Amino acid sequence: MSEVLAAEHPAAHRWIASERADDLAMTQAVADPLFTGFGRRWWVALLITLPFVLWLFGAIGWLFYRGIGIWGINSTIVWGVAIANYVWWIGIGNAGTLISAMLLLTRQKWRASINRFAEAMTLFAVAIAGLMPIIHLGRPIYAYWLAPYPNTMALWPQWRSALVWDFWAIISYLLFSLLFWYVSLIPDLATMRDRTPHRAGQLLYGAFALGWRGSAREWSRLQTLHTTMAALGVPLVCSVHSIVGLDFAASLMPGWQESIFPPYFVVGAMYSGFAMVVVLAAAIRWGLSLQAIITHRHFDVMARILLMASIVMFYSYATEWFMGWYGGEHAEREAVRFEFTGTYAPLYWALLACNCLIPQLLWWPFARRSLFILLPVAIAINIGMWLERILIVWNTLSHGYMPSLWRNFHFTFWDWTFLIAPLGLFAFLFLIFMRLIPSVSMFDMRELAHEEAAA
Amino acid sequence: MQLFRPGANTIATVMIAAIGAAPVLAVGLSYEVMLSPYVTNQNISRNQPVPFSHEHHVSGLGLDCRYCHASVEKARFAGIPPTETCMTCHSQIWTNALMLAPVRESLSKNQPIAWERVHRLPDYVYFDHSVHVAKGVGCTTCHGDVGRMRLMRQAAPLTMQWCLDCHRSPERFLRPREAVFDPNWQAPKNQAEIGPKLAAGYHINTGHLTDCTICHR
Repeated sequence: MSEVLAAEHPAAHRWIASERADDLAMTQAVADPLFTGFGRRWWVALLITLPFVLWLFGAIGWLFYRGIGIWGINSTIVWGVAIANYVWWIGIGNAGTLISAMLLLTRQKWRASINRFAEAMTLFAVAIAGLMPIIHLGRPIYAYWLAPYPNTMALWPQWRSALVWDFWAIISYLLFSLLFWYVSLIPDLATMRDRTPHRAGQLLYGAFALGWRGSAREWSRLQTLHTTMAALGVPLVCSVHSIVGLDFAASLMPGWQESIFPPYFVVGAMYSGFAMVVVLAAAIRWGLSLQAIITHRHFDVMARILLMASIVMFYSYATEWFMGWYGGEHAEREAVRFEFTGTYAPLYWALLACNCLIPQLLWWPFARRSLFILLPVAIAINIGMWLERILIVWNTLSHGYMPSLWRNFHFTFWDWTFLIAPLGLFAFLFLIFMRLIPSVSMFDMRELAHEEAAA
Repeated sequence: MQLFRPGANTIATVMIAAIGAAPVLAVGLSYEVMLSPYVTNQNISRNQPVPFSHEHHVSGLGLDCRYCHASVEKARFAGIPPTETCMTCHSQIWTNALMLAPVRESLSKNQPIAWERVHRLPDYVYFDHSVHVAKGVGCTTCHGDVGRMRLMRQAAPLTMQWCLDCHRSPERFLRPREAVFDPNWQAPKNQAEIGPKLAAGYHINTGHLTDCTICHR
C-alpha cells in the first residue's frame, strides 16, 4: 500500500487531508499501488466474490433452461425480484453520472476524489441492471427484438411497450456512461502509460490513451468535450430513471398509476446511488489507503445529500398516501391500506425506518463524519431502497382490482440467488477495475491540490 | 520513449471506425442472409418423384388450377391431387411412359406419391387458401408464373414482410372474381382505380388485416 500521502487529523485543507500534496505525490498515491500489486487483501476479496459470479452465471443458465417459473412469481404477481433488482441497480448506477455530470457543471471540485470509481460503479450497475429485464423475459433468446433492426418480418418494436422504452433508456445510458467515463480517463491512462515499468502495460495503457501528450490544445479540447457531455448527461440521468418510473406509472394498476413516479424514482435512484458511493468510498479509502484524498469532509457532504434525499423520499411517500386518500378511488385507498396493514406490512415499516427514520441521524455533524455511523446508515438506505422497489411490485400486484386474483409472493431459492449473486458480480467487476485503472482521477486531484494550495 | 510505430495511428483510426461500422455491417449482412434463398428457399426448383411440368399442363393443355387443386376454394389447403386425378388422363394416354412409372406404381400399391413440398409455412402461421381466393387474390399473385415452370419452384420469398406487404395494401393485387384462376393475368393500367373498388366490393377491412391474430392464432 502506498503511504506517499499521509492523512492528518484535522484535515490540512478543505478537500485534501495532507499538508503537502504535490503533483508527484498525488500521482504516486493513486497510481503506484497498481504497479506493485495490492497484496493478499485484494486476492482474498477476489476469491470471495468469484463463487458468487459462478453462482450467478450458473443460475442464469438454469433459468434459461427451466424458464422463469423457478422464481416465486405467479400469474398474479408477474413481476418479482428481477424487476425490483433492475430498478435498484439502475438507481445505483444513477449516482455515478450524477456525481460526475451534475457536480462538474455546478463546479463542485470535491467530486475529483470520488467521480472515477463512482462512474465505474455506474457502468457495472447499469450493465447488471440491463441483464435483469432480459432474464425476466419468457423467451430471452428474442431479447434482440427490442431493437429496431431491419428484418424480414417487416416488424418494428411495439413503441407503446414500456419494455422498449427501457431498452432505449438502458442502452443510451450505458453507452453514455462508458464514453463519459472513458473521456475523463484518457489523461490518466497516459499517466499510467508513462509510469508503468512493464512493456505490456505500456502498450495496453498506451493504446487506450489514444496518443495523449498533454498539450494545451488537448487539455482544452478534453475540457470542452467533457463539459458538453456532462450537459448532455444530466438530462439523461433524469430521463433514464423517469422511464423506469413510467414502466409502472404507464399501467392502470392502483398504486402505480401516479404522475409522481418519474421524479420520485429519480430522487430514489440518486438516494440509493449516493448511499452506494459512500460504501464504495469507504472501501476504496481503506483498501488503497487514500485517507488523504477521500476525507471526512467528503463523507460529510455526501451525507448531507443523503439527508436531503431522505426528506424528499419521505415527502414522496407522504404524497402517495395523501393522493391515495384525496383521489377518493377505492382501489387506491385500498392499496395504501394494504401497504400499512397487508401481507408485506413488516417490510413496509422496515422500508420507512431505513429510508426515512434512520437517515435522520445525519442531522448531527458527528454522525456525518463518523464512518462507524455513516456506513451502517448508507447500507440501511440501500436495503430500504431495495425493499421499496420490491414492495412497489408486490403490493400492487398482490392486491389488484380483482379480489379473486389476490396472491402472495413466496421467495424461492432462485429469488435469493438473483438477489445476492449480482452483488458478488458487482464486487468482482469492481475489484478488477480497482486493480487495472486508477480509482481516483489523478489529473483532477492534481488540479484540486493546486487550488487548495497543497501542491 | 517511442512505444508505437507511426502506422499505429492508422490502426487506431481503423479500429475506431470499425466500432461504428461493425454493428451496421453485421446487421446488414444478417438481413441479407435472412432474405436470401438460402433461408427463404425462394426460386429453388425441387426434384420430384415424377417431373410434373406445370408449364405443359397449364400453358400447353390449359388445365384449370382447380382440376387438381380441388379444395382451394373451400379449405385452407389447396390440395395435392390423389393419384386417381392423374389417372383420369394417364390411364388413357402415355400409359407406358417410363416417366410415369411411379404414378402407376402408386395406383397399384395404393400408396400416394411422395411429392416434395415446395411452399412451406411455419407451424405458427395460419394460412387459408379459400379466403384469399374468395377475396380476389389470384393464384399467380403468390405462386408466380406457374404456367412457365417446368418444375415447381417457390416464386415468392414467403417472409412475413412479403405477407404484410400485401396485407397492408391489398388493392394493388386484387382481381375481379372471374380472373382469379387466370394464369396469365396482368394488373390492368387502371389497377389503382379499380383496386380500391374491388377491395370495397369484397368487404376487405384493411384496418384489421395486419392484426397479429389474423395469421397467428
